[in-house]
Amino acid sequence: VSPVPHWCPRHPSPQQQRPPRQRLGTAGARPRPRRRRRRKSPLETARATLFPVGQVGCFVFQVALLDIDICGPSIPKIMGLEGEQVHQSGSGWSPVYVEENLGVMSVGFLLSSPDDAVIWRGPKKNGLIKQFLRDVDWGEVDYLIVDTPPGTSDEHLSIVQYLSATRIDGAVIVTTPQEVSLQDVRKEINFCRKVKLPIIGVVENMSGFVCPKCKNESQIFPPTTGGAEKMCQNLSVSLLGKVPLDPQIGKSCDRGQSFLAEAPESPATLSYRNIIQRIQEYCEQHHLQEEKRM
Amino acid sequence: MRKDNEKCIGSEALVGGLSGESAACDWTQHLPVQGGGALGRRKTEAGDAGRQYGGDGRRESQPGQGAAHRAGAVGEGRRWEEHPLHRAGPGAAARREEALIKQFVSDVAWGELDFLIVDTPPGTSDEHISTVEALRPHQLLGAVLVTTPQAVSVGDVRRELTFCRKAGLHILGIVENMSGFVCPHCSECTNIFSKGGGEELAKHAGVPFLGCVPLDPQLSQSLEEGRDFIQEFPKSSAFPALTHIAQQILDTSQRSS
Repeated sequence: VSPVPHWCPRHPSPQQQRPPRQRLGTAGARPRPRRRRRRKSPLETARATLFPVGQVGCFVFQVALLDIDICGPSIPKIMGLEGEQVHQSGSGWSPVYVEENLGVMSVGFLLSSPDDAVIWRGPKKNGLIKQFLRDVDWGEVDYLIVDTPPGTSDEHLSIVQYLSATRIDGAVIVTTPQEVSLQDVRKEINFCRKVKLPIIGVVENMSGFVCPKCKNESQIFPPTTGGAEKMCQNLSVSLLGKVPLDPQIGKSCDRGQSFLAEAPESPATLSYRNIIQRIQEYCEQHHLQEEKRM
Repeated sequence: MRKDNEKCIGSEALVGGLSGESAACDWTQHLPVQGGGALGRRKTEAGDAGRQYGGDGRRESQPGQGAAHRAGAVGEGRRWEEHPLHRAGPGAAARREEALIKQFVSDVAWGELDFLIVDTPPGTSDEHISTVEALRPHQLLGAVLVTTPQAVSVGDVRRELTFCRKAGLHILGIVENMSGFVCPHCSECTNIFSKGGGEELAKHAGVPFLGCVPLDPQLSQSLEEGRDFIQEFPKSSAFPALTHIAQQILDTSQRSS
Protein backbone atom coordinates (compact mmCIF):
# COMPACT_ATOMS: atom_id res chain seq x y z
CA VAL A 1 0.00 0.00 0.00
CA SER A 2 1.54 3.33 -1.04
CA PRO A 3 1.87 5.96 1.67
CA VAL A 4 -0.68 8.71 1.80
CA PRO A 5 0.66 11.65 -0.24
CA HIS A 6 1.55 14.66 1.90
CA TRP A 7 -0.82 16.81 -0.12
CA CYS A 8 -3.79 14.49 0.39
CA PRO A 9 -6.55 16.50 2.06
CA ARG A 10 -7.62 13.40 3.94
CA HIS A 11 -4.40 13.36 5.87
CA PRO A 12 -5.40 15.34 8.92
CA SER A 13 -3.38 18.41 9.78
CA PRO A 14 -1.82 18.59 13.26
CA GLN A 15 -4.71 20.88 14.27
CA GLN A 16 -7.23 18.27 13.22
CA GLN A 17 -5.63 15.26 14.88
CA ARG A 18 -7.54 13.97 17.82
CA PRO A 19 -7.85 10.59 19.56
CA PRO A 20 -9.44 8.09 17.18
CA ARG A 21 -13.10 7.47 17.76
CA GLN A 22 -14.35 4.04 18.48
CA ARG A 23 -15.47 2.47 15.23
CA LEU A 24 -18.82 0.79 15.30
CA GLY A 25 -19.07 -2.90 14.61
CA THR A 26 -15.37 -3.44 14.06
CA ALA A 27 -13.45 -5.95 16.10
CA GLY A 28 -9.70 -5.66 16.45
CA ALA A 29 -7.74 -5.81 13.24
CA ARG A 30 -10.66 -6.57 10.99
CA PRO A 31 -9.92 -5.73 7.34
CA ARG A 32 -11.71 -2.67 6.00
CA PRO A 33 -13.05 -3.31 2.50
CA ARG A 34 -13.79 -0.20 0.51
CA ARG A 35 -16.60 0.06 -1.93
CA ARG A 36 -15.23 0.34 -5.44
CA ARG A 37 -17.02 2.31 -8.06
CA ARG A 38 -16.33 3.32 -11.60
CA ARG A 39 -14.79 6.74 -11.53
CA LYS A 40 -17.52 9.32 -12.00
CA SER A 41 -18.07 12.71 -10.45
CA PRO A 42 -18.30 12.32 -6.69
CA LEU A 43 -21.84 13.57 -6.53
CA GLU A 44 -22.96 11.13 -9.20
CA THR A 45 -21.67 8.18 -7.27
CA ALA A 46 -22.59 9.30 -3.81
CA ARG A 47 -25.82 8.19 -2.35
CA ALA A 48 -27.29 11.50 -1.40
CA THR A 49 -29.47 11.33 1.64
CA LEU A 50 -30.99 14.11 3.63
CA PHE A 51 -30.18 13.13 7.21
CA PRO A 52 -27.23 13.00 9.62
CA VAL A 53 -25.42 9.71 10.30
CA GLY A 54 -21.92 8.52 11.10
CA GLN A 55 -20.06 5.29 10.50
CA VAL A 56 -22.16 2.24 9.87
CA GLY A 57 -21.82 -1.49 10.19
CA CYS A 58 -18.60 -3.39 9.70
CA PHE A 59 -17.57 -1.65 6.53
CA VAL A 60 -15.86 1.70 6.52
CA PHE A 61 -17.71 3.97 4.19
CA GLN A 62 -16.51 7.30 2.87
CA VAL A 63 -19.09 9.72 4.19
CA ALA A 64 -19.59 13.38 3.38
CA LEU A 65 -21.73 15.47 5.72
CA LEU A 66 -23.07 18.73 4.32
CA ASP A 67 -24.70 21.21 6.68
CA ILE A 68 -27.10 23.48 4.79
CA ASP A 69 -28.65 25.07 7.85
CA ILE A 70 -27.04 28.36 6.90
CA CYS A 71 -28.53 30.41 9.74
CA GLY A 72 -28.00 27.86 12.50
CA PRO A 73 -24.94 25.77 11.58
CA SER A 74 -24.64 23.34 14.47
CA ILE A 75 -22.78 20.51 12.74
CA PRO A 76 -19.25 21.83 13.48
CA LYS A 77 -19.97 21.80 17.21
CA ILE A 78 -21.72 18.42 17.18
CA MET A 79 -18.85 16.86 15.24
CA GLY A 80 -16.18 18.36 17.50
CA LEU A 81 -14.88 20.64 14.73
CA GLU A 82 -15.54 24.07 16.20
CA GLY A 83 -12.86 26.54 15.24
CA GLU A 84 -11.68 24.57 12.21
CA GLN A 85 -11.25 26.36 8.91
CA VAL A 86 -11.80 25.50 5.28
CA HIS A 87 -8.74 25.31 3.08
CA GLN A 88 -8.71 25.80 -0.65
CA SER A 89 -6.45 24.15 -3.17
CA GLY A 90 -6.39 23.75 -6.92
CA SER A 91 -8.99 21.03 -6.72
CA GLY A 92 -11.42 23.07 -4.69
CA TRP A 93 -12.42 23.61 -1.10
CA SER A 94 -11.34 20.86 1.26
CA PRO A 95 -13.95 19.48 3.60
CA VAL A 96 -12.97 19.43 7.23
CA TYR A 97 -12.32 15.86 8.29
CA VAL A 98 -13.54 14.39 11.53
CA GLU A 99 -11.77 11.20 10.58
CA GLU A 100 -10.21 9.96 7.39
CA ASN A 101 -13.55 8.76 6.08
CA LEU A 102 -15.85 11.48 7.40
CA GLY A 103 -15.62 14.93 5.80
CA VAL A 104 -17.81 17.84 6.78
CA MET A 105 -18.73 21.17 5.22
CA SER A 106 -20.69 23.92 6.93
CA VAL A 107 -20.96 27.69 6.79
CA GLY A 108 -19.91 27.50 10.44
CA PHE A 109 -16.32 26.96 9.25
CA LEU A 110 -16.43 30.19 7.26
CA LEU A 111 -17.53 32.41 10.14
CA SER A 112 -14.82 34.02 12.22
CA SER A 113 -16.77 34.32 15.46
CA PRO A 114 -19.44 32.27 17.23
CA ASP A 115 -21.49 35.48 17.35
CA ASP A 116 -21.44 36.09 13.59
CA ALA A 117 -24.92 35.94 12.15
CA VAL A 118 -25.73 34.98 8.57
CA ILE A 119 -28.60 37.29 7.76
CA TRP A 120 -29.35 36.37 4.21
CA ARG A 121 -32.39 36.02 2.08
CA GLY A 122 -33.06 32.90 0.09
CA PRO A 123 -31.12 33.65 -3.12
CA LYS A 124 -27.84 34.19 -1.26
CA LYS A 125 -28.28 31.06 0.82
CA ASN A 126 -28.98 29.13 -2.33
CA GLY A 127 -25.80 30.49 -3.90
CA LEU A 128 -23.77 29.16 -1.01
CA ILE A 129 -25.44 25.77 -1.20
CA LYS A 130 -24.51 25.67 -4.86
CA GLN A 131 -20.91 26.50 -3.96
CA PHE A 132 -20.85 23.74 -1.39
CA LEU A 133 -21.94 21.25 -4.02
CA ARG A 134 -19.82 22.57 -6.87
CA ASP A 135 -16.62 23.82 -5.30
CA VAL A 136 -16.00 21.42 -2.43
CA ASP A 137 -13.57 18.63 -3.29
CA TRP A 138 -15.50 15.82 -1.63
CA GLY A 139 -13.49 13.13 -3.37
CA GLU A 140 -15.06 9.73 -3.87
CA VAL A 141 -17.76 9.22 -1.30
CA ASP A 142 -20.14 6.41 -0.56
CA TYR A 143 -22.69 8.57 1.23
CA LEU A 144 -23.44 12.27 0.98
CA ILE A 145 -25.61 13.26 3.91
CA VAL A 146 -27.28 16.65 3.91
CA ASP A 147 -28.44 18.15 7.19
CA THR A 148 -31.27 20.59 6.52
CA PRO A 149 -33.01 23.15 8.72
CA PRO A 150 -36.59 22.38 9.71
CA GLY A 151 -39.38 23.15 7.29
CA THR A 152 -39.80 23.21 3.53
CA SER A 153 -38.00 26.32 2.58
CA ASP A 154 -35.57 27.63 -0.01
CA GLU A 155 -32.80 25.41 1.27
CA HIS A 156 -34.90 22.31 0.70
CA LEU A 157 -36.04 23.40 -2.73
CA SER A 158 -32.50 24.28 -3.74
CA ILE A 159 -30.84 21.11 -2.60
CA VAL A 160 -33.43 18.99 -4.37
CA GLN A 161 -33.06 21.00 -7.55
CA TYR A 162 -29.28 21.13 -7.48
CA LEU A 163 -29.00 17.41 -6.81
CA SER A 164 -31.61 16.44 -9.36
CA ALA A 165 -28.89 15.31 -11.79
CA THR A 166 -27.70 12.71 -9.32
CA ARG A 167 -29.69 10.00 -7.64
CA ILE A 168 -30.96 11.13 -4.27
CA ASP A 169 -31.72 7.99 -2.34
CA GLY A 170 -34.20 9.75 -0.15
CA ALA A 171 -35.06 11.79 2.88
CA VAL A 172 -35.23 10.91 6.54
CA ILE A 173 -37.71 13.07 8.39
CA VAL A 174 -37.40 13.57 12.14
CA THR A 175 -40.32 14.38 14.40
CA THR A 176 -41.24 14.37 18.06
CA PRO A 177 -44.37 12.44 19.17
CA GLN A 178 -46.58 15.52 19.55
CA GLU A 179 -49.28 16.49 17.08
CA VAL A 180 -47.79 19.99 16.90
CA SER A 181 -44.65 18.46 15.42
CA LEU A 182 -46.48 15.89 13.28
CA GLN A 183 -48.45 18.68 11.63
CA ASP A 184 -45.21 20.13 10.31
CA VAL A 185 -43.91 16.73 9.31
CA ARG A 186 -47.00 15.95 7.26
CA LYS A 187 -46.21 19.07 5.25
CA GLU A 188 -42.64 17.90 4.85
CA ILE A 189 -43.83 14.49 3.65
CA ASN A 190 -46.10 16.29 1.21
CA PHE A 191 -43.17 18.39 0.03
CA CYS A 192 -41.09 15.27 -0.61
CA ARG A 193 -43.90 13.74 -2.62
CA LYS A 194 -44.42 16.89 -4.67
CA VAL A 195 -40.75 17.17 -5.59
CA LYS A 196 -40.53 13.39 -6.14
CA LEU A 197 -38.05 12.90 -3.36
CA PRO A 198 -38.30 9.34 -2.01
CA ILE A 199 -38.90 9.09 1.70
CA ILE A 200 -36.64 6.62 3.43
CA GLY A 201 -38.69 6.97 6.57
CA VAL A 202 -39.57 8.89 9.70
CA VAL A 203 -37.72 8.90 13.02
CA GLU A 204 -39.58 9.72 16.20
CA ASN A 205 -37.18 11.63 18.44
CA MET A 206 -37.58 12.44 22.14
CA SER A 207 -39.83 9.43 22.42
CA GLY A 208 -40.20 8.84 26.13
CA PHE A 209 -37.89 9.32 29.08
CA VAL A 210 -36.88 6.75 31.68
CA CYS A 211 -36.08 8.32 35.03
CA PRO A 212 -32.54 7.30 36.04
CA LYS A 213 -33.63 7.05 39.67
CA CYS A 214 -36.95 5.19 39.73
CA LYS A 215 -36.79 3.77 36.16
CA ASN A 216 -40.38 4.79 35.46
CA GLU A 217 -41.06 6.03 31.95
CA SER A 218 -42.65 9.43 31.31
CA GLN A 219 -44.01 10.73 28.05
CA ILE A 220 -42.76 14.28 28.21
CA PHE A 221 -44.06 14.95 24.70
CA PRO A 222 -47.23 12.87 24.73
CA PRO A 223 -48.34 11.29 21.45
CA THR A 224 -51.87 12.61 21.76
CA THR A 225 -52.76 11.58 18.20
CA GLY A 226 -50.84 8.31 18.09
CA GLY A 227 -47.39 9.76 17.50
CA ALA A 228 -45.25 9.05 14.46
CA GLU A 229 -46.40 5.45 14.33
CA LYS A 230 -50.00 6.35 13.57
CA MET A 231 -49.00 9.08 11.14
CA CYS A 232 -46.71 6.71 9.25
CA GLN A 233 -49.48 4.13 8.99
CA ASN A 234 -51.88 6.75 7.67
CA LEU A 235 -49.41 8.09 5.12
CA SER A 236 -47.82 4.76 4.12
CA VAL A 237 -44.37 5.85 5.18
CA SER A 238 -41.87 3.70 7.10
CA LEU A 239 -41.27 4.39 10.74
CA LEU A 240 -37.53 3.82 11.04
CA GLY A 241 -37.46 3.92 14.80
CA LYS A 242 -38.04 5.82 18.03
CA VAL A 243 -35.21 7.47 19.94
CA PRO A 244 -35.81 7.97 23.66
CA LEU A 245 -34.59 11.02 25.56
CA ASP A 246 -31.16 10.52 27.09
CA PRO A 247 -29.27 13.36 28.77
CA GLN A 248 -26.02 11.95 27.42
CA ILE A 249 -27.11 12.73 23.84
CA GLY A 250 -27.18 16.47 24.50
CA LYS A 251 -23.91 16.31 26.44
CA SER A 252 -22.16 14.44 23.63
CA CYS A 253 -23.41 16.93 21.05
CA ASP A 254 -22.21 19.82 23.16
CA ARG A 255 -18.79 18.26 23.63
CA GLY A 256 -18.49 17.19 20.01
CA GLN A 257 -18.19 13.53 20.94
CA SER A 258 -19.77 10.47 19.45
CA PHE A 259 -22.76 9.54 21.60
CA LEU A 260 -22.64 5.98 20.29
CA ALA A 261 -19.09 5.67 21.58
CA GLU A 262 -19.74 7.49 24.87
CA ALA A 263 -22.89 5.55 25.80
CA PRO A 264 -22.82 2.21 24.00
CA GLU A 265 -25.28 0.63 26.44
CA SER A 266 -27.92 3.33 26.25
CA PRO A 267 -31.33 2.33 24.83
CA ALA A 268 -30.96 5.38 22.57
CA THR A 269 -27.77 3.87 21.12
CA LEU A 270 -29.59 0.67 20.28
CA SER A 271 -32.33 2.69 18.67
CA TYR A 272 -29.85 4.73 16.59
CA ARG A 273 -28.08 1.60 15.41
CA ASN A 274 -31.32 0.00 14.30
CA ILE A 275 -32.30 3.16 12.44
CA ILE A 276 -28.91 3.36 10.73
CA GLN A 277 -29.18 -0.25 9.66
CA ARG A 278 -32.63 0.29 8.19
CA ILE A 279 -31.42 3.31 6.27
CA GLN A 280 -28.47 1.37 4.96
CA GLU A 281 -30.70 -1.49 3.86
CA TYR A 282 -33.00 0.94 2.11
CA CYS A 283 -30.11 2.56 0.27
CA GLU A 284 -28.72 -0.82 -0.78
CA GLN A 285 -32.10 -1.85 -2.10
CA HIS A 286 -32.53 1.46 -3.90
CA HIS A 287 -29.07 1.18 -5.43
CA LEU A 288 -29.72 -2.36 -6.66
CA GLN A 289 -32.98 -1.29 -8.27
CA GLU A 290 -31.21 1.60 -10.00
CA GLU A 291 -28.52 -0.70 -11.33
CA LYS A 292 -31.10 -3.15 -12.67
CA ARG A 293 -32.82 -0.30 -14.47
CA MET A 294 -29.57 0.82 -16.13
CA MET B 1 -0.48 18.64 5.51
CA ARG B 2 -1.52 21.62 3.41
CA LYS B 3 0.03 22.76 0.20
CA ASP B 4 1.80 26.14 0.28
CA ASN B 5 -0.67 27.62 -2.16
CA GLU B 6 -3.68 26.57 -0.13
CA LYS B 7 -5.40 29.45 1.50
CA CYS B 8 -7.82 29.69 4.28
CA ILE B 9 -11.29 30.72 3.33
CA GLY B 10 -13.05 33.07 5.63
CA SER B 11 -16.15 35.08 5.36
CA GLU B 12 -14.82 36.96 2.32
CA ALA B 13 -15.63 33.83 0.35
CA LEU B 14 -19.26 34.41 1.10
CA VAL B 15 -20.69 36.44 -1.74
CA GLY B 16 -21.90 39.82 -0.55
CA GLY B 17 -20.52 39.56 2.96
CA LEU B 18 -22.25 38.40 6.06
CA SER B 19 -25.12 40.63 6.88
CA GLY B 20 -27.01 43.78 6.34
CA GLU B 21 -28.05 43.10 2.77
CA SER B 22 -31.57 42.18 2.15
CA ALA B 23 -32.15 41.16 -1.42
CA ALA B 24 -35.39 43.07 -1.51
CA CYS B 25 -37.57 42.13 -4.37
CA ASP B 26 -40.51 44.20 -5.49
CA TRP B 27 -42.59 41.11 -5.77
CA THR B 28 -45.63 42.87 -4.32
CA GLN B 29 -45.80 45.33 -7.21
CA HIS B 30 -46.95 42.45 -9.35
CA LEU B 31 -49.88 41.66 -7.08
CA PRO B 32 -53.19 42.71 -8.62
CA VAL B 33 -54.80 45.85 -7.18
CA GLN B 34 -58.24 44.57 -7.99
CA GLY B 35 -59.34 41.02 -7.87
CA GLY B 36 -61.96 38.85 -6.41
CA GLY B 37 -61.76 35.94 -4.05
CA ALA B 38 -60.59 35.65 -0.48
CA LEU B 39 -56.89 35.37 0.10
CA GLY B 40 -55.87 31.84 -0.60
CA ARG B 41 -59.29 30.62 -1.69
CA ARG B 42 -58.27 30.13 -5.27
CA LYS B 43 -55.08 28.49 -6.44
CA THR B 44 -52.86 31.20 -7.79
CA GLU B 45 -49.80 31.62 -9.90
CA ALA B 46 -46.69 32.99 -8.26
CA GLY B 47 -47.14 36.68 -7.50
CA ASP B 48 -50.87 36.70 -7.84
CA ALA B 49 -52.84 36.67 -4.58
CA GLY B 50 -56.56 37.35 -4.43
CA ARG B 51 -57.83 39.84 -1.90
CA GLN B 52 -61.08 40.37 -0.14
CA TYR B 53 -62.37 43.89 0.01
CA GLY B 54 -64.09 45.20 3.08
CA GLY B 55 -67.08 47.49 3.09
CA ASP B 56 -64.99 50.62 3.16
CA GLY B 57 -63.05 49.58 0.07
CA ARG B 58 -59.88 48.72 1.99
CA ARG B 59 -58.56 45.33 1.17
CA GLU B 60 -58.56 43.16 4.23
CA SER B 61 -58.55 39.58 5.36
CA GLN B 62 -60.11 38.38 8.56
CA PRO B 63 -58.02 36.63 11.22
CA GLY B 64 -58.91 32.98 11.19
CA GLN B 65 -58.92 32.68 7.41
CA GLY B 66 -55.83 30.56 7.59
CA ALA B 67 -55.76 29.44 4.00
CA ALA B 68 -53.16 31.97 2.91
CA HIS B 69 -50.44 29.36 2.81
CA ARG B 70 -52.43 27.52 0.16
CA ALA B 71 -51.97 30.29 -2.37
CA GLY B 72 -50.01 28.76 -5.18
CA ALA B 73 -50.15 25.25 -3.73
CA VAL B 74 -49.17 22.50 -6.14
CA GLY B 75 -52.45 21.22 -7.41
CA GLU B 76 -53.54 17.70 -7.96
CA GLY B 77 -52.13 16.26 -11.14
CA ARG B 78 -49.76 19.17 -11.63
CA ARG B 79 -46.16 18.15 -12.10
CA TRP B 80 -43.55 19.81 -9.93
CA GLU B 81 -41.58 20.78 -13.04
CA GLU B 82 -44.57 22.78 -14.27
CA HIS B 83 -45.12 24.59 -11.01
CA PRO B 84 -44.31 28.29 -11.07
CA LEU B 85 -42.09 27.94 -7.98
CA HIS B 86 -39.90 25.46 -9.82
CA ARG B 87 -39.80 27.60 -12.95
CA ALA B 88 -39.12 30.71 -10.92
CA GLY B 89 -36.13 28.97 -9.43
CA PRO B 90 -34.61 29.08 -5.96
CA GLY B 91 -35.39 32.34 -4.18
CA ALA B 92 -38.98 32.42 -5.36
CA ALA B 93 -40.20 30.88 -2.13
CA ALA B 94 -38.42 33.57 -0.13
CA ARG B 95 -40.00 36.32 -2.19
CA ARG B 96 -43.44 34.88 -1.66
CA GLU B 97 -42.82 34.63 2.07
CA GLU B 98 -41.79 38.26 2.20
CA ALA B 99 -44.94 39.33 0.39
CA LEU B 100 -47.12 37.20 2.64
CA ILE B 101 -45.61 38.56 5.84
CA LYS B 102 -46.15 42.13 4.61
CA GLN B 103 -49.77 41.26 3.93
CA PHE B 104 -50.23 39.71 7.36
CA VAL B 105 -49.03 42.92 8.96
CA SER B 106 -50.75 45.47 6.76
CA ASP B 107 -53.86 43.73 5.43
CA VAL B 108 -55.21 41.81 8.40
CA ALA B 109 -57.91 43.68 10.37
CA TRP B 110 -56.39 43.08 13.79
CA GLY B 111 -58.44 45.80 15.40
CA GLU B 112 -57.16 47.72 18.42
CA LEU B 113 -54.34 45.77 20.00
CA ASP B 114 -52.28 46.05 23.13
CA PHE B 115 -49.75 43.48 21.93
CA LEU B 116 -48.96 41.89 18.60
CA ILE B 117 -46.86 38.79 19.25
CA VAL B 118 -45.00 37.37 16.30
CA ASP B 119 -43.94 33.74 16.44
CA THR B 120 -40.95 33.18 14.15
CA PRO B 121 -39.21 30.03 13.00
CA PRO B 122 -35.71 29.43 14.38
CA GLY B 123 -32.79 31.22 12.76
CA THR B 124 -32.08 34.57 11.15
CA SER B 125 -33.66 34.15 7.79
CA ASP B 126 -36.11 35.66 5.35
CA GLU B 127 -38.99 35.57 7.80
CA HIS B 128 -37.05 37.48 10.42
CA ILE B 129 -35.78 40.08 7.99
CA SER B 130 -39.24 40.53 6.49
CA THR B 131 -40.95 40.75 9.87
CA VAL B 132 -38.59 43.40 11.16
CA GLU B 133 -38.95 45.40 7.96
CA ALA B 134 -42.74 45.10 7.99
CA LEU B 135 -43.04 46.08 11.65
CA ARG B 136 -40.46 48.85 11.65
CA PRO B 137 -43.02 51.65 11.12
CA HIS B 138 -44.81 50.45 14.25
CA GLN B 139 -43.74 50.54 17.88
CA LEU B 140 -41.53 47.45 18.11
CA LEU B 141 -41.17 46.57 21.77
CA GLY B 142 -38.46 43.99 21.22
CA ALA B 143 -37.54 40.37 20.83
CA VAL B 144 -37.67 37.45 23.23
CA LEU B 145 -35.12 34.79 22.39
CA VAL B 146 -35.76 31.21 23.44
CA THR B 147 -33.03 28.65 23.85
CA THR B 148 -32.61 25.25 25.42
CA PRO B 149 -29.79 24.95 27.94
CA GLN B 150 -27.47 23.03 25.59
CA ALA B 151 -24.45 24.65 24.04
CA VAL B 152 -25.61 23.66 20.55
CA SER B 153 -28.80 25.66 20.98
CA VAL B 154 -27.06 28.55 22.72
CA GLY B 155 -24.67 28.68 19.78
CA ASP B 156 -27.55 29.42 17.42
CA VAL B 157 -29.09 31.97 19.74
CA ARG B 158 -25.81 33.91 19.95
CA ARG B 159 -26.18 34.51 16.23
CA GLU B 160 -29.79 35.54 16.72
CA LEU B 161 -28.63 38.10 19.28
CA THR B 162 -26.30 39.51 16.64
CA PHE B 163 -29.21 39.70 14.22
CA CYS B 164 -31.26 41.69 16.74
CA ARG B 165 -28.40 44.10 17.29
CA LYS B 166 -27.80 44.62 13.60
CA ALA B 167 -31.51 45.07 12.98
CA GLY B 168 -31.76 47.61 15.80
CA LEU B 169 -34.20 45.34 17.61
CA HIS B 170 -34.34 45.74 21.38
CA ILE B 171 -33.76 42.46 23.20
CA LEU B 172 -36.36 41.95 25.90
CA GLY B 173 -34.50 38.94 27.22
CA ILE B 174 -33.64 35.27 26.97
CA VAL B 175 -35.79 32.34 28.07
CA GLU B 176 -34.24 28.97 28.82
CA ASN B 177 -36.79 26.37 27.73
CA MET B 178 -36.82 22.62 28.49
CA SER B 179 -34.78 23.41 31.56
CA GLY B 180 -34.95 20.32 33.73
CA PHE B 181 -37.55 17.62 34.20
CA VAL B 182 -39.03 16.58 37.52
CA CYS B 183 -40.10 12.95 37.46
CA PRO B 184 -43.78 12.74 38.45
CA HIS B 185 -43.15 9.39 40.12
CA CYS B 186 -40.19 10.13 42.38
CA SER B 187 -39.68 13.93 42.04
CA GLU B 188 -36.06 13.45 40.93
CA CYS B 189 -34.99 16.34 38.74
CA THR B 190 -33.00 15.40 35.61
CA ASN B 191 -31.39 17.99 33.35
CA ILE B 192 -32.15 16.19 30.11
CA PHE B 193 -30.82 19.05 27.99
CA SER B 194 -28.21 20.27 30.48
CA LYS B 195 -28.80 23.39 32.57
CA GLY B 196 -27.80 26.99 32.77
CA GLY B 197 -26.81 27.65 29.16
CA GLY B 198 -29.46 30.31 28.65
CA GLU B 199 -28.63 32.14 31.86
CA GLU B 200 -24.94 32.13 31.03
CA LEU B 201 -25.65 33.46 27.57
CA ALA B 202 -27.75 36.29 28.96
CA LYS B 203 -24.94 37.23 31.34
CA HIS B 204 -22.33 37.04 28.57
CA ALA B 205 -24.46 39.13 26.21
CA GLY B 206 -25.56 41.66 28.82
CA VAL B 207 -29.27 41.07 28.26
CA PRO B 208 -31.98 40.24 30.81
CA PHE B 209 -32.52 36.61 31.70
CA LEU B 210 -36.27 36.13 31.89
CA GLY B 211 -36.35 32.66 33.41
CA CYS B 212 -36.19 28.88 33.04
CA VAL B 213 -39.19 26.87 31.86
CA PRO B 214 -39.00 23.23 32.90
CA LEU B 215 -40.13 20.30 30.75
CA ASP B 216 -43.75 19.75 31.71
CA PRO B 217 -45.95 17.05 30.15
CA GLN B 218 -49.04 19.04 31.19
CA LEU B 219 -47.83 22.00 29.16
CA SER B 220 -47.22 19.74 26.15
CA GLN B 221 -50.64 18.16 26.59
CA SER B 222 -52.49 21.46 26.77
CA LEU B 223 -50.68 22.77 23.69
CA GLU B 224 -51.71 19.65 21.84
CA GLU B 225 -55.33 20.08 22.82
CA GLY B 226 -55.45 23.84 22.33
CA ARG B 227 -56.33 24.43 25.99
CA ASP B 228 -55.50 27.43 28.11
CA PHE B 229 -52.58 26.16 30.15
CA ILE B 230 -52.55 29.13 32.50
CA GLN B 231 -56.20 28.66 33.42
CA GLU B 232 -56.22 24.88 33.64
CA PHE B 233 -52.91 23.97 35.21
CA PRO B 234 -52.03 26.62 37.79
CA LYS B 235 -50.29 24.02 39.95
CA SER B 236 -48.02 22.61 37.26
CA SER B 237 -44.26 23.09 37.30
CA ALA B 238 -44.15 25.39 34.28
CA PHE B 239 -46.86 27.75 35.55
CA PRO B 240 -44.77 29.94 37.88
CA ALA B 241 -42.00 30.19 35.28
CA LEU B 242 -44.31 31.27 32.46
CA THR B 243 -46.22 33.79 34.57
CA HIS B 244 -42.96 35.29 35.84
CA ILE B 245 -41.66 35.68 32.29
CA ALA B 246 -44.91 37.27 31.14
CA GLN B 247 -44.85 39.68 34.08
CA GLN B 248 -41.34 40.85 33.26
CA ILE B 249 -42.34 41.54 29.66
CA LEU B 250 -45.40 43.46 30.83
CA ASP B 251 -43.28 45.49 33.24
CA THR B 252 -40.84 46.32 30.45
CA SER B 253 -43.65 47.41 28.17
CA GLN B 254 -45.15 49.65 30.85
CA ARG B 255 -41.79 51.25 31.51
CA SER B 256 -41.26 51.96 27.82
CA SER B 257 -44.73 53.47 27.17
